Amino acid sequence: MDRFNLNSQLEHLQSKYVGTGHADTNKFEWMVNQHRDSYASYIGHHALISYFSVAQNESIARVKFEFVEKMLQPCGMPVPRDE
Amino acid sequence: MFLYNLTLQPPTSINVAVVGHFSGTKQQEIVVSRVTRLELLKADPNSGKLQTLLTHDVFGIIRSLTPFRLTGGSKGVRFFNKLDELLRKLFLKIKNYIIVGSDSGRVVILEYNPIKNKFDKIHQETFGKSGCRRIVPGQYLAVDPKGRSVMIGAIEKQKLVYILNRDSAANLTISSPLEAHKSHTLVHHCIGLDVGYENPVFACLEMLTYYELDLGLNHVVRKWSDPVDARANMLFAVPGGNDGPSGVLVCSENFITYKHQRVPELRVPIPRRRNPLEDPSRGLIIVAGVMHKMKGVFFFLLQSEEGDIYKITLDYEDDKVNAIKIKYFDTVPIAASLCILRAGFLFVASEFGNHRLYSFTSLGDDNDEPEWSSADFMDPNHPSSVYFTPRELQNLERADELESLNPLIDAKILNLTDDDTPQLYALCGRGAGSTFRILRHGLEISEMAVSELPGNPNAVWTTKLMADDEYDAYIIVSFMNATLVLSIGETVEEVTDTGFLATTPTLDVHQLGDDALLQVRKILVISNVSFHRRVNEWKTPGNRAIVKAATNKRQVVIALTGGELVYFELDNQGQLNEYQDRKEMSANVTCLSVGEVPEERQRSRFLAVGCDDNAVRILSLDPDNTLEVLSTQGLSAPPQSLSIIEMMDIETDASHGTLYLNIGLQNGVLLRTVLDNITGALTDTRQRFLGARPVKLFRVTIQGQPAVLALSSRPWLSYTFQSRLHLTPLSYDMLEYGSNFTSPQVPEGIVAISANTLRIFAVEKLGTVFNQAVIQLKYTPRHFILHPPSRNFVVIETEHNTYSPLEKKKVLEAKQKMGIQFDQNLLDLPSETFGLPKAEAGKWASCIRVINPFIGETTSLIELEENEAAFSIATVNFHNQNNESFLVIGTAKDANLAPRTCSVGYLHVYQFVDDGKSLKLVHKTQCDDVPLALLGFQGRLLAGVGKALRIYDLGKRKLLRKCETKAIPNCIVNLHTQGNRIIICDMQESVHYASYRQHDNRIIIFADDTTPRWITSTVMVDYDTLAGGDKFGNFFIDRLPAETSEEVDEDPTDIITSIHRTTLVAGGREILVYTGIMGDIGVFVPFVTREDIDFFQTLEMHMRNEAPPLAGRDHLQYRSFYSPVKAVVDGDLCEQYNLLPLEKKKFIAEELDRTTAEIQKKIEDMRVMAAF
Repeated sequence: MDRFNLNSQLEHLQSKYVGTGHADTNKFEWMVNQHRDSYASYIGHHALISYFSVAQNESIARVKFEFVEKMLQPCGMPVPRDE
Repeated sequence: MFLYNLTLQPPTSINVAVVGHFSGTKQQEIVVSRVTRLELLKADPNSGKLQTLLTHDVFGIIRSLTPFRLTGGSKGVRFFNKLDELLRKLFLKIKNYIIVGSDSGRVVILEYNPIKNKFDKIHQETFGKSGCRRIVPGQYLAVDPKGRSVMIGAIEKQKLVYILNRDSAANLTISSPLEAHKSHTLVHHCIGLDVGYENPVFACLEMLTYYELDLGLNHVVRKWSDPVDARANMLFAVPGGNDGPSGVLVCSENFITYKHQRVPELRVPIPRRRNPLEDPSRGLIIVAGVMHKMKGVFFFLLQSEEGDIYKITLDYEDDKVNAIKIKYFDTVPIAASLCILRAGFLFVASEFGNHRLYSFTSLGDDNDEPEWSSADFMDPNHPSSVYFTPRELQNLERADELESLNPLIDAKILNLTDDDTPQLYALCGRGAGSTFRILRHGLEISEMAVSELPGNPNAVWTTKLMADDEYDAYIIVSFMNATLVLSIGETVEEVTDTGFLATTPTLDVHQLGDDALLQVRKILVISNVSFHRRVNEWKTPGNRAIVKAATNKRQVVIALTGGELVYFELDNQGQLNEYQDRKEMSANVTCLSVGEVPEERQRSRFLAVGCDDNAVRILSLDPDNTLEVLSTQGLSAPPQSLSIIEMMDIETDASHGTLYLNIGLQNGVLLRTVLDNITGALTDTRQRFLGARPVKLFRVTIQGQPAVLALSSRPWLSYTFQSRLHLTPLSYDMLEYGSNFTSPQVPEGIVAISANTLRIFAVEKLGTVFNQAVIQLKYTPRHFILHPPSRNFVVIETEHNTYSPLEKKKVLEAKQKMGIQFDQNLLDLPSETFGLPKAEAGKWASCIRVINPFIGETTSLIELEENEAAFSIATVNFHNQNNESFLVIGTAKDANLAPRTCSVGYLHVYQFVDDGKSLKLVHKTQCDDVPLALLGFQGRLLAGVGKALRIYDLGKRKLLRKCETKAIPNCIVNLHTQGNRIIICDMQESVHYASYRQHDNRIIIFADDTTPRWITSTVMVDYDTLAGGDKFGNFFIDRLPAETSEEVDEDPTDIITSIHRTTLVAGGREILVYTGIMGDIGVFVPFVTREDIDFFQTLEMHMRNEAPPLAGRDHLQYRSFYSPVKAVVDGDLCEQYNLLPLEKKKFIAEELDRTTAEIQKKIEDMRVMAAF
């Protein structure tokens, strides 16, 4: 497999699957992906969201809503990339 | 170690509930997702009782459900008869399908098959990876109201649209998916817009975006996008087409907005509760809702996170909406889903606690509740907070309740009442709805009547007068030397002119033929009801006594002393004729049974005779070979009672069943044997020990199906539920004798005698295996502990985000000083329904409660003040206090959830006073972090305080620190000890094994787990072995590697909240019992032999191939989601063997080189030997 083809395949993967890493992924991007994946998993697993909900004493719908909101910027404002 | 995992009680939480005509009849049913199970419920329109029709484990996580109906009908129940065409057309119109969105990466369409009582999978389309992922659809499901297409969406980016249609044979078809992806968007909610018959449109809450499916071009376009409130969280579709103006209601924090393309938006605030303690800066969101349409009118019921339901109506002309109106409706528990049934019920699937069914008493149209209209809030400067006064239910009335343990926070298995089986003590619920529950294995009964009798009777029967009577007419009670006849009417009264002789004891009573009654005493007496009570008698030859009798409506068999059998049969004229020959048995007859006469037959073909030579014989009653012995079964003890009964346990055919012979032995064992209905051969015997007394068997009817009441030292019921045989104890007193009972008041009951009382009761909830006693708590319970000398429990309850009583008083006083007036009634509303007022993050209320579980009473309650919250509890016998038992409670002041911090931690030491009924504070000791784990250790206290592990001794003024280690990475959550060994569980880093060295007073950690685990609960299995659960729902067993390292792993999907090593049945093996947060209770049973392991592993493998899970998840992947499943067999999957069609059963049996009956027996044995 030549190098050109490999790159295009990677690009295809990155566009298709959000969160696929690449050579230039920085720590911030990696963390953001980790957090978003985690929040999505918490929302999907009913037992986990119940656990959070009991601990925080909020309704499940409220906890879900806050989690989706947090997915927007899970690690705060993006850090500028150093070129 | 090799384990067999079984569920004793499936999860009781509901995450989605939908309503529809799933069986294709006029009546609506509810399908609920209990996360890993799909359940079909029916609400009886007359009694308002919920009944479970079917529950099925899907071995996957159901995230969304939606019902849908194909336009112009769909393929309904498959009819074979052409004449039913008309009926079928009726069915076509209303039959609903179910679409399931799960973690399988597949969309699955199910149809309920009412004949076989199962869900049929019609379509399964794969679209992505499995698991609950960010961009794999399954989280949201939206269906076009006309049933033309469905959208399945992920939280981020991906949305797929499938077109649903019918082929020429009226089969449902599904298209390949059309993509409606949009990168860099997060979706909060997704609905199908009601647009009548125009192109289907889906509204997604990313901004508010309409996706239109162009049916002509077969393409999805982003049609319209409009910014909404940044805090919007939910959408509801407004009816369109001929029914309404179409559009959506966007629910956001504090507001509900009506939006639609090309029309101006209308906004109305969500009314807030008038409460002096409320925090006005806190937003209010809608958490659940339902739209209901009837005869051209529609309304919404939306529920806020406080539990208040609002009724929302739209004021519109043609397609133009003038205003939306909102008013307070009622307050019910916070719901995960709301469903309205056309029969006038509201089903509330609570997010925590019991699920409830309410019936509507009014629609809230004409009460004086204030109503707010969007017309008044057009001015942006208008104050937008409006208030209502909460009150007790006005428009709803509670009809039924489904018990739910969710969330099950902690549990203990103890036998405090010295019963046959231990009880489960559980802490359930959240907030003010929290409960302490005592669970006993057994069916719940509802007692209708108890009446005293003038002596100790020895038998009871009920009888009708005529064959076609609906209800029983008499209760006949037999005493040592008399018979009492009671007539059943509005009241139960003694009657004398019945033809029954009152001065002798009775052996048997039965309604015979069309209109005769039979009383067996020393002689046979037949009294004819219609012919002026003409009485016929049959006297025994030579004055020999009748010892036993067995009857049905056409046949009578009596046994005389010495073992002689006499057989009578009713002829077509209604005359009872004696068969010319008598049968001489070789031993004394101890019991007899004839089956019921099958429909459209003359007679039951078999007679079972039990003799004191420890054998049961089956005799033929056929005219060809009357009273010939067909088969014999040897027994371990003399038989006490027999019952031939046809049980409806064949899934494929509801009208026929299997014929069983039940044998109750004098040593308390019940045998159940299949009786071949052609040859009379006895095969496939199952055995169960019921109690210490001889087993007496009685035929009764439960939910319209035959069942057997088996009475030993406790009553048991053998019945069919969802086409499966169950044998379950009844939670009731010991009974002597029982009989079926039907009357207008009690359509299906049992009459029984116990000592000198007559009791009438009914068994209603067949699905629940645990019977619960409930004690109300105040705040969310955290942990509890038993004080063994007094058998009292101490519970710590801690609630985040609310005011403690003292704090509440302070706030109220401050408000009063500021001159704010408030209504005291608002503060006195019961908090179980209305909840506790929300304060702010970081505010805590907490209490310590002493409960006497026997009388269900709180004997002492200590409120913690100063924002202190209790987190851990232990009893410690301090060695320097003569081993007196002290209670130690770990608390934290100003605790913060994330990051986990506190201003100061405390260890409270309490002394039990007043026989353990109350507590006296000895002293408080400060510590620097939250103490989350406490344990008594060699007469001292072992405390996990944050990441420090310390040993304390009891001093005069405070606890004295003796030893400390800080080698634990994060935070200690759980401690165990045996000898000098200490097992420390870390919040993130699994378990650490440590040893306490007495000579230099040090704790040395010498081993830890390689896998990081977020531990929730653990138990020591032996000195080297630990079983535990983590926050992602994994179960594991770690053993210290001596020579071999061993680890068992499984993913039961629920977060394990407690694990116990215990035995559940008398004389059973030690097993591991766990409880999960969603309310499920399960066991891990260790295998004993290698053959069993091989057998069940092979069976499990075949089951994975032959019965793939219903929601499309791969079973092996599901059980191995976080780490590969190892050394555990999934018993729930193995038990689904019983649900397979016959060919598949046979196929697997052949592969395993056994018969199907052998496999079924092995599966059943595995369960009954260890659990129930």
